[in-house]
Amino acid sequence: MSNNVLEVKNLKTYFYTDKGVVKAVDGVDFTIEYGKTLGIVGESGCGKSITSMSVLRLIPTPPGKIEDGEVIFEGRDLLKVSEKEIRSIRGNDISMIFQEPMTSLNPVFTVGDQIMEAIILHQKLSEEEARKKAIEMINLVNIPRADKIVDEYPHQLSGGMRQRVMIAMALACMPKLLIADEPTTALDVTIQAQVLEIMNDLKEKLNTAIMLITHDLGVIAEMADHVIVMYCGKVVEEAPVQELFDNPKHPYTQGLLNSKPSIVENKNRLESIRGTVPNPRLLPKGCYFNPRCKYAVDKCRQEQPTLEEITTGHKVSCFVACKEVE
Amino acid sequence: MDTKVIVEESQELQNITKEESVGPWKMVWLRFKKKKIALTGVIILIILVLSAVFAPFLTPYSPDEMNFSNVNAAPSRQNWMGTDNLGRDYFTRLLYGGRVSLMVGVISAFISVTLGSTIGGIAGFFGGRVDNILMRFAEIVMSFPFLPLAITISAVVGANVAPETKMYIVMMIIGCLSWPGLSRIVRGQILSLKEQEFVLAAKALGIPNYKIILKHLIPNTIGYIIVSAALSMANAIMAESGLSFLGLGVVPPTPTWGNMVQHARNLHVLRTRPWLWIPPGVAILLAVMSINLLGDGLRDAIDPKSNN
Amino acid sequence: MLRYLARRILHMIPVMIIISICIFTIIKLTPGSPVGLNLDPEMTAEQRQAEYERLGLHLPLPVQYVNWVGRSLNGDFGPSSLYNRPVSEIVPKYVWNSFKLNVLVFIFAFLLSVPIGIICAVKQYSFTDNFWTVFSLFGISMPSFFFGLLLIYFFAAKLGWFPISGMMTAGSNLTGMANVLDQLRHMILPATVLTIGSLASLVRYTRTSMLDIIKQDYIRTARSKGLTEKVVIYRHAFRNAMLPIVTLIGFWVPQLFSGAVILETVFNWPGIGQIMLNAINFRDYNLMMATLLLFAVLTLLGNLLADIGYAVVDPRIKVE
Repeated sequence: MSNNVLEVKNLKTYFYTDKGVVKAVDGVDFTIEYGKTLGIVGESGCGKSITSMSVLRLIPTPPGKIEDGEVIFEGRDLLKVSEKEIRSIRGNDISMIFQEPMTSLNPVFTVGDQIMEAIILHQKLSEEEARKKAIEMINLVNIPRADKIVDEYPHQLSGGMRQRVMIAMALACMPKLLIADEPTTALDVTIQAQVLEIMNDLKEKLNTAIMLITHDLGVIAEMADHVIVMYCGKVVEEAPVQELFDNPKHPYTQGLLNSKPSIVENKNRLESIRGTVPNPRLLPKGCYFNPRCKYAVDKCRQEQPTLEEITTGHKVSCFVACKEVE
Repeated sequence: MDTKVIVEESQELQNITKEESVGPWKMVWLRFKKKKIALTGVIILIILVLSAVFAPFLTPYSPDEMNFSNVNAAPSRQNWMGTDNLGRDYFTRLLYGGRVSLMVGVISAFISVTLGSTIGGIAGFFGGRVDNILMRFAEIVMSFPFLPLAITISAVVGANVAPETKMYIVMMIIGCLSWPGLSRIVRGQILSLKEQEFVLAAKALGIPNYKIILKHLIPNTIGYIIVSAALSMANAIMAESGLSFLGLGVVPPTPTWGNMVQHARNLHVLRTRPWLWIPPGVAILLAVMSINLLGDGLRDAIDPKSNN
Repeated sequence: MLRYLARRILHMIPVMIIISICIFTIIKLTPGSPVGLNLDPEMTAEQRQAEYERLGLHLPLPVQYVNWVGRSLNGDFGPSSLYNRPVSEIVPKYVWNSFKLNVLVFIFAFLLSVPIGIICAVKQYSFTDNFWTVFSLFGISMPSFFFGLLLIYFFAAKLGWFPISGMMTAGSNLTGMANVLDQLRHMILPATVLTIGSLASLVRYTRTSMLDIIKQDYIRTARSKGLTEKVVIYRHAFRNAMLPIVTLIGFWVPQLFSGAVILETVFNWPGIGQIMLNAINFRDYNLMMATLLLFAVLTLLGNLLADIGYAVVDPRIKVE
């Protein structure tokens, strides 16, 4: 049996709008190993959230449509299984937590109700057992007074607490994969650290693989084993986390890393990547990054590069970077 | 070769600017244009308005011209919709009735939108006590169900008034009773706008209040006000027709679509002369429906996020 | 919850006082003899004065107002000059007639509109959705009196399926079941008009609020849990969509009653709306004041009902 809990191959998710087709995810490949964390980084609008939603087929159709690709979870292609089968996987084998803890919980049900719902559905426990389990899960994410909290409504909790409830809810059925879409973006820094710690902790305890989507490189450094960098719906670089931070190859990755403050090197000025993310309906010809790239050569403006492995486990999609290695 | 790339790039840039630089009102029009059903509404409305405005050119009769030798006639070549009990040409009265009905609609809507947005705007902008008092006032006006109050006031105020001036009283009543809903919404919008970063930034920069109102608050609420102006015009036409049907709105000899339907309260007329009451009823239906279509279309075009 | 309720009711008192002052002022502004039309024109000046004094009409207006409120609170709304009986005897009977009609409409409109609105939202732009969108547009734009007349013309006058107007067959002394059926037969046309009118706006409203809800993040969360679409829609979305619908119902109930003023005239239905029109046409001041007051109280009760409903459905209200 393979080591991979999830293999995504050539995933393409397009959105059909009045003004044209948006190729939000355009041929993305990656794998996640059991019990490991894959970080997906990129600026907003690069397709990282859409990738995560596509895995569970949660793309609103219309306007969105998964056009092509395979999402292989434990030998099954999730894009081909029946609606019923995918439902039995959602929240059970693969679960998700979302960016907005403030709005991702239903305001009219108690926290307990919402955690119990998945437990009763997937584990076929009775109401009482499910309630016990829910309290247990709330304890597990370090919320005090779990037996009280279980009967409270989301509006009575703070943002950090709500996100922890989301985690409790997502992990209640011991999923093999947890998809976390910007789980800490909306939280205060101190709360962020707590939430990340809880996630890391539970990953060890439950041996859950995590697909962590973020634009925050600090979070990646802390959490991920392996990283992919996305730009305009495509993977531009992929590497183990240490390798990526030590030896970034793609100019975009370099740019991202340079725009991050560091205490070690005392830089006076932060660098920023010049230009802005292009309009997804009017992508430039050639490499999508070429208008912003200081190394761009003619070839970059004519042809699209493909992802090439340059050293073991380190892939990059850039003509300049690949040439350098040769 | 390099120049070619630059040319291409600049073209791309132009494309981008072309798309992004369309002004907000142009954008509204472009979106509105796509809605066939809303355009149909506009066309019906234009036909109704034109036929009311150019009534004298569309008919050889005058609305009050009686002809006692030709009363209660059935539709014919001379009188397309027959004549009424005083021998007046009914088609002519329908056209002139449209004038009154549409005018009452426009002016009532104008009164109610002016009152509603001013009161709501003041309450939202100044907040505190002013807000409290104004919104209480709105709540009280809203606590009266519209129709019973309008009927009573019309009966009380209109008792000793000449029939010709009743029309203006009806406009006032409808306008002054239907503003509270809009005022509440405008207030809510102003309150939330006041908290938005760009307004806070303007305040922090010391920009005077009137400029903030003109530059930020009005442009951001005007779309909503325009939409509700359309919808309140539809409601006003509906209200006028109801009041006139009951005999408490615009009264004969001034014709309106509402008081023309009144003929059907006579069972004999209802049964035997449907041409006297069905056309004005259909006219009301068409007018209200086309304005509603226009309003819905505008709302979708102004705020594409709304669903309805 | 109880405290919330108490606060809401307390809040109503000043509004009610101002409303009663308004009503009193409006009626006092009415030109014509305040004693009513049935004053004997043969009366001498002294007799007239005596009548005025008997009715307390010689007192200053504020005193008259206080007297009126005092009597009203005791359930005494004075005599009706039109019906020659105490107002408090006439009104309940006619309110009951209106109530019968409106309850039927309320049940039908509510039971139909909520599921229809949900289906339209879930299957946006489907044939069903488009059908109901057009239907709603017609329903909202159709003047109720005209629609009523059309129904009378076709189904009563031409086809003879239903009675033309009234609440029961004149001169018949039906009892028991036969009487109920007879009244139902009279009710069908007016109830149809009112139901379709209400249905139009309720469907539209439910649809909009449901469309808004199914875009929320927590619906995505519910789906990501593996819940079936049915559970997502009817449990997670529906409870939230109920919030604005409950509010709407609060406004809708008084509207239903006041809208009946026109419809009761068209169908000659002996309800509160007809009484009110008669009171206005015959300058029956006591009856006018009582009916206006009744409508205002109904509106306030409707608002209160909406608030209570809201507090029941929305857990966020209780803590505030």
